[in-house]
Amino acid sequence: MKIMKSALFLVALPAILIAIWWIATLNNTSYLVPTPGGLITAFFDTWFGDRFWDDMVPSIARLFGGIAGAIIVGVGLGLLIGSFRTLRQLLEPLLEFFRAIPPPVLVPLLGLILGISDQMKITVIIFGSVWPILLNTIEGVRATDEVQRDTARSYRLTRPHRLRYLILPAAAPQIMAGIRQSLSIALILMVISEMTYSSSGLGFAIIQFQRNFAIPQMWSGILVLGLIGLALSLVFQLVERRVLAWYNGLREVQRA
Amino acid sequence: MTTLTAPKAAERVRSAALRGPVLGVVGVVGFLVLWELASRIGLIDPRFFPPASEVLIRLGEYLLDRAFWRDVAATMWAWFLGLAIAIVAGAVLGFLIGASRFLERFTQSTIEFLRPIPSVALVPLAVLLFGTKVQSELLLIVYASIWQVLLQVVYGTKDVDPVADATAKSYGLNLWQRIRYVVWPTTLPYLMTGIRLAASVALILAITAEMIIQTPGLGKQIILTREGGAATSMYALILATGLIGVLINLVMRFIERRVLAWHQSVRMEVAG
Repeated sequence: MKIMKSALFLVALPAILIAIWWIATLNNTSYLVPTPGGLITAFFDTWFGDRFWDDMVPSIARLFGGIAGAIIVGVGLGLLIGSFRTLRQLLEPLLEFFRAIPPPVLVPLLGLILGISDQMKITVIIFGSVWPILLNTIEGVRATDEVQRDTARSYRLTRPHRLRYLILPAAAPQIMAGIRQSLSIALILMVISEMTYSSSGLGFAIIQFQRNFAIPQMWSGILVLGLIGLALSLVFQLVERRVLAWYNGLREVQRA
Repeated sequence: MTTLTAPKAAERVRSAALRGPVLGVVGVVGFLVLWELASRIGLIDPRFFPPASEVLIRLGEYLLDRAFWRDVAATMWAWFLGLAIAIVAGAVLGFLIGASRFLERFTQSTIEFLRPIPSVALVPLAVLLFGTKVQSELLLIVYASIWQVLLQVVYGTKDVDPVADATAKSYGLNLWQRIRYVVWPTTLPYLMTGIRLAASVALILAITAEMIIQTPGLGKQIILTREGGAATSMYALILATGLIGVLINLVMRFIERRVLAWHQSVRMEVAG
């Protein structure tokens, strides 16, 4: 009964909205809005043929490459900078400035320096989405409990061990919050880099559709990007729940 | 003895407090010097990577240029309008949804589906609907930043202390008074966080829309300088967007601190 009720809550509003959409497009007058059936046909026809390998897979590969790169660079540099106070103070204003630059301006910049290639697109994603991860990691390392740090040192834990068993877990909640912010930036940058210079990829395809007034296809492209965004946030929530299981448990205990 | 050491200790404290900012300035200057050197010795092709001094001089020239300020004004106006719409709409919807357990469950799946859609996916739609008019830009800005406000406000209304609400009820406060004196103060810090996040997202989308849709503003200029091969100007404009970003962050933090001066988190920060 309870499961039925929550399932009902899950589908009620989407069902109502789709019904309204369906009724509104019954005698279709606007070329801008496809019918629900038309959109679904366009979705399967467009994306599950050649475009799947030509556009969708390369885009997603670049996106994941960029995200992985941003996490490695962000956490690595963050641990380094966060561990040394002088280094942190030296770089703090500089990093604040870099973070404040709207990431999309990196597309023409790196396009100029690196030319138009896959590396350039991945570099754009890394450069644009690394800042939340980097700054959050620094902050997380810095906020590691002083007593725990002294304890670890007086037990003569080696530096790699302290990093692995104390600092990294202590900073994990902050790091995950940074990664969550950078996911949406990475997706935006993937689309923009493909819209600006590319001959393949989702961003490129969507702009092509719009220029040719292929409206249902264009909408199906928007749907694909939405589904990728949704999948990304679901995967992230799963990973976060696993990585931070100890932390969420601790918080619950403290609250109770 | 103590009279002798006290000033020294004070001096040490002062020099420690100065250390951070001084090192920060050293970092910035060091970065500029490295940039200058990397370009001068040709580590990266100077055609694509002009030296820092030339870029800074160009930025200075821009600051005296009326056309540059027109572009800044266009970008900031779109940013402000989009942000204002997103804040008002997001806050109203957030309070409505947060106030009712039913509405929250009813809308959750739809919100969770719509929120991750990247705003740039709407570029083609915006172009078809509005062309290069400012409405295109606003559509992208509002769509990207409304979720930040909406979700924070929903969290905030959920955070209302049930005991405080029950107390207010038993003291005979009516619905409006409870909203004013119980719900509003609890939600305000969340709303401010949402506004701060939305402000930087709105700038990103304003620049993006100008770059891709070519609505007037700094983003369009950046693309034009790139197509004209004026690398120095492009770097100067990118620095300008970064400075605007820093300025927005500072102003937002200042407003947040002023509005929440009474709140525990800010009071603790000031005391500590």
